[in-house]
Amino acid sequence: MSTYPLLSLAIWIPIVAGLVVLATGNDRNAPLARMLALIGAIAGFLVTIPLWTGFDLNNGGMQFVELQTWIPRFNINYHLGTDGISMLFVVLNSFITIIVVSAGWEVIRERVAQYFAAFLIMSGLMNGIFTALDGVLFYVFFEASLIPLYLIIGVWGGPNRVYAAFKFFLYTLFGSLLFLLALMYLFIQSGGSFSILDWHKLPIGLGPQIWLFLGFLIAFAVKVPMFPVHTWLPDAHVEAPTGGSIVLAAIGLKLGAYGFLRFSLPIAPDASHELAGLVIALSLIAVVYIGFVALIQSDMKKLVAYSSIAHMGFVTLGFFLFSPMGIEGALVQMVSHGFVSGAMFFCIGVMYDRVHSRQIADYGGVVNTMPKFAALFMLFSMANAGLPATSGFVGEFMVILGAVKYNFWIALAAATSMILGAAYTLWMYKRVIFGDIANDHVRELTDVNSREFLILAVLAICTLWMGVYPQPFTEVMHSSVNDLLRHVAISKIQ
Amino acid sequence: MEMQKLYLLVPLAPLVGAMIAGLFCRVIPRWLGHTATITGVAVAFITSLIIFKDVQAGNTFNGAVYTWLTSGDYSFEVGFMIDTLTTTMMLVVTFVSLMVHIYTMGYMKEDPGYNRFFSYISLFTFSMLMLVMSNNFMQLFFGWEAVGLVSYLLIGFWYTRPTAIFANMKAFLVNRVGDFGFILGIGLILAHFGSLDYLTVFKKAPELAGTTINLFADREWATVSLMTITCICLFIGAMGKSAQVPLHVWLPDSMEGPTPISALIHAATMVTAGIFMVSRMSPLFELSTTALSFVIVIGAITALFMGFLGIIQNDIKRVVAYSTLSQLGYMTVALGASAYSVAIFHLMTHAFFKALLFLAAGSVIIGMHHDQDIRNMGGLRKYMPITWITSLIGSLALIGTPFLSGFYSKDSIIEAVALSQIPGSGFAYFSVMAGVFVTAFYSFRMYFLVFHGEERFGKSSHHDHHGDHDDEEVAHDHHHGLAPGQKPHETPWVVTLPLVLLAIPSLIIGYIAIEPMVFGDYFRGVIHIDNAAHPVMAHLSEHFHGAAAMGMHAFTTLPFFLALAGVVVSWFFYMKRPDIPAAIQRRFSIINTIFENKYYFDKINETVFAGGSRLLGKALWRGGDVAVIDGIIVNGSAKLVGWIAAVTRLFQTGYVYHYAFTMIIGVFVLMTLWINRA
Repeated sequence: MSTYPLLSLAIWIPIVAGLVVLATGNDRNAPLARMLALIGAIAGFLVTIPLWTGFDLNNGGMQFVELQTWIPRFNINYHLGTDGISMLFVVLNSFITIIVVSAGWEVIRERVAQYFAAFLIMSGLMNGIFTALDGVLFYVFFEASLIPLYLIIGVWGGPNRVYAAFKFFLYTLFGSLLFLLALMYLFIQSGGSFSILDWHKLPIGLGPQIWLFLGFLIAFAVKVPMFPVHTWLPDAHVEAPTGGSIVLAAIGLKLGAYGFLRFSLPIAPDASHELAGLVIALSLIAVVYIGFVALIQSDMKKLVAYSSIAHMGFVTLGFFLFSPMGIEGALVQMVSHGFVSGAMFFCIGVMYDRVHSRQIADYGGVVNTMPKFAALFMLFSMANAGLPATSGFVGEFMVILGAVKYNFWIALAAATSMILGAAYTLWMYKRVIFGDIANDHVRELTDVNSREFLILAVLAICTLWMGVYPQPFTEVMHSSVNDLLRHVAISKIQ
Repeated sequence: MEMQKLYLLVPLAPLVGAMIAGLFCRVIPRWLGHTATITGVAVAFITSLIIFKDVQAGNTFNGAVYTWLTSGDYSFEVGFMIDTLTTTMMLVVTFVSLMVHIYTMGYMKEDPGYNRFFSYISLFTFSMLMLVMSNNFMQLFFGWEAVGLVSYLLIGFWYTRPTAIFANMKAFLVNRVGDFGFILGIGLILAHFGSLDYLTVFKKAPELAGTTINLFADREWATVSLMTITCICLFIGAMGKSAQVPLHVWLPDSMEGPTPISALIHAATMVTAGIFMVSRMSPLFELSTTALSFVIVIGAITALFMGFLGIIQNDIKRVVAYSTLSQLGYMTVALGASAYSVAIFHLMTHAFFKALLFLAAGSVIIGMHHDQDIRNMGGLRKYMPITWITSLIGSLALIGTPFLSGFYSKDSIIEAVALSQIPGSGFAYFSVMAGVFVTAFYSFRMYFLVFHGEERFGKSSHHDHHGDHDDEEVAHDHHHGLAPGQKPHETPWVVTLPLVLLAIPSLIIGYIAIEPMVFGDYFRGVIHIDNAAHPVMAHLSEHFHGAAAMGMHAFTTLPFFLALAGVVVSWFFYMKRPDIPAAIQRRFSIINTIFENKYYFDKINETVFAGGSRLLGKALWRGGDVAVIDGIIVNGSAKLVGWIAAVTRLFQTGYVYHYAFTMIIGVFVLMTLWINRA
């Protein structure tokens, strides 16, 4: 085990790198800013690799723990640690940062330094969310990470960005306030502790547990997003630049889902069991309702955004099956969705950069002019539709199988995504990629350049690797997930 | 240890070929593309032969290659199960695949996607081998979906044709409907058996035979047998892949793909995956007579009613496609009658003669310069002798001519159904019997129209039945047809050699294989039959006295006369008196309309399911997301904030006396409250 404070490095390297990039100033220094951003992103990723390689598979508790006093008066600590639930997301987040930096390489031409700095800082803050073990620290990272995302949508976004950012703000503000109240309550109840791990052990009556659970639910459901608080996501995606969409889909949505496992389930286990039906119902609505809604979207980004909501429905469904298959399947789905939806948004970005339209109707026959791109896009579309041997299959498969054991009808409703997912993804693919060349824009398309090809190829390898051999991803989860399930099975009511 | 390496080599050799031809398809020359893939498939075929010998010697295998995933108490592995059923499928798949690879060199000669095509068919071979060699449900599902993917890619191979890219999406989605059932079946197995490993599941199956599960709120009527629901769920998967009514709709449309894949995927191998799967699951299906009844009825409907549609098709490939549907129905009927070995036997003979018929049809299409309408052909036997003879062999085998391969398998199915006692077997018996006449009629209708009679080609006004425009810059499978005065020509050796090599097993394989495969102990310990409940095979063996005797006896049985009648009637109708079918068509125009609309399955699917889904999507989006959530809740609360702000602004008038007045009112209100409290 390494003696370096790896988690702090994973958080602060990107943030410091971001500040350095910011210091390069205006767009005259753009090449320098790009290069520094890439170096920062790669360095940030490299320090997370020992987290995975040095991970103790038999330890279900926190690893790589760092504990410093921060504000002694309120017993607030700089307390970091990672377990089998959060570790993969730190690695994934740092990896996606490299993808995002390279995705914006020559596309972003205005306020280059600020753009890259926003992503790097956001990346560090998100690592903070996944590793914080102190309630206040978590809250600070949780809220702070929104600022770069607001800026990314607000500054580099599309024409309707103000509405999108406003909607995003309204939704998250609502959630955050209740979350803060829940934290305050826990602070008082626990006799003055902000330690999340202490809160896990705190006995709470059923009534307060239900209020806590609902507070958490609203805060996290907005982030996931779950039905019916999902409508900000399609707008945010449509207005965000490609990099923003990638981060939002790949990591942003995972924050809420992660919150369920770190807060809702262990702190309010009885309420979780009590209200599991509600969450499962909302998840299934996300899978079925959103599946149909995705089908008729005419904007590619909106379509993929809706498909993200449907896929995240599998995640929340898996959590509340209270079985190892369900939770691990949900976690796998989260990681896979990071690769696949990131790749899907990047693919749409590749086309948008050339044609400047996201409307399906403006395309047709792209395969004729972009064969390499079409092949890679096919792979990710199939992964999005959950084809075996791609990562998209593994999580869905596990959650559906776990659900059959829980209740046949829930599994039946969830399994409709096999049909709906294929329908909306392949119908879009057919209209955009196949067919004769539809118009002059498509005729003038040039195939992916080597930078784009490299990004897509790396994501393709990840997608296939996780589909063919998911064991390395799941074996790190076992101990922590089993500990969590044992913990959740014990009542906290005294 | 050595054998295990060979097991791995079988699927990996085609995979390597596919990767070479696929990843570098635009870089490498054509000869490298086809050499790499053909070598891969040839290696797989030869290795399969070695493994076949080894298994014959009694060396079966069941083991894992690697652990794919563990979760909780469950472990999912990628592994192989090598027994006689596996080796039979391996040989069929690799042999037909090899033939199709060779054939493709001729058929796709002018196509710009040459290497890509080779890559796809090798990838298909890999996927299909993974499917049949699997020792667990997870990997079965892998192969299952992977062959579906390749089928999707190949049906849409000519991606600029609107019909092709519609057909491939349709094929994928209809198959997904089947897979929807399949994955629920797999889920039930994992939930109740605790494993997805075949042997573990089969061993535990008898214990769970009496288990019931409740599907709805502990109601009596919702309690069903676990085995029945599991088997029906699994069979829904088979219905998708093996194109059984009502999930058959994708197969006729799949003919949009190049002909070699119609032979390989949509006739010989992929579509038989469902038949293979049910045979593999025989220890489960045997425990539920209800599920078997369901199977036999679905199979019977497919066998007869899809055969009828073959009669009115004019596209040479579609005739063969409907014939495939009907024959898949026969196999399914055999499964329902617990005659699993017979189903596999028919699967094997059908693979040879149907691949032959498809490739021969492709050869005719080349000879006719990509005209597929049999009304424009006629008298081709003079110009294409090898194609003619091999087609005749294929057709004779298909209709069940005694001593040819199709006879042995089809006759065994008919007799098995006759002996079956399960509900639905009576209808199935009628279907397969009537199907014999129908099969003979449409097969020889096509045969006579193509190879005999008046030469109708070369007339400039040929019927362009697809109506899609010809793409001049790309040499696609479009319907050019022969120019006036032009004659059809025999195809090159790469095309005719596979025809000859497939004609040989079509002639003899039935005679050789029936005794060991159907009545011997070839499948001992592989296919499980509950002889007490479903004694069909036991009775059938009593009637069997050797292949030669069976062939001789056939000349006195009803199926033979039905087949003969079918041939004679089609000859009379289409060679002697072509006015009769036309008159019948006019006379029974209602039936003709129903047939031409394929029993309206496509129309119903398109309006109800596809149209309905789009409508529902629009309603949910506009009604739910846009109107209620965004319109009322999100923007509504924003508007509310705005409204409150506007109202409060009214109070901020800026006049001191307004404020003073308000303050006084406030003080009064507070004082009143305070006093009342006390």
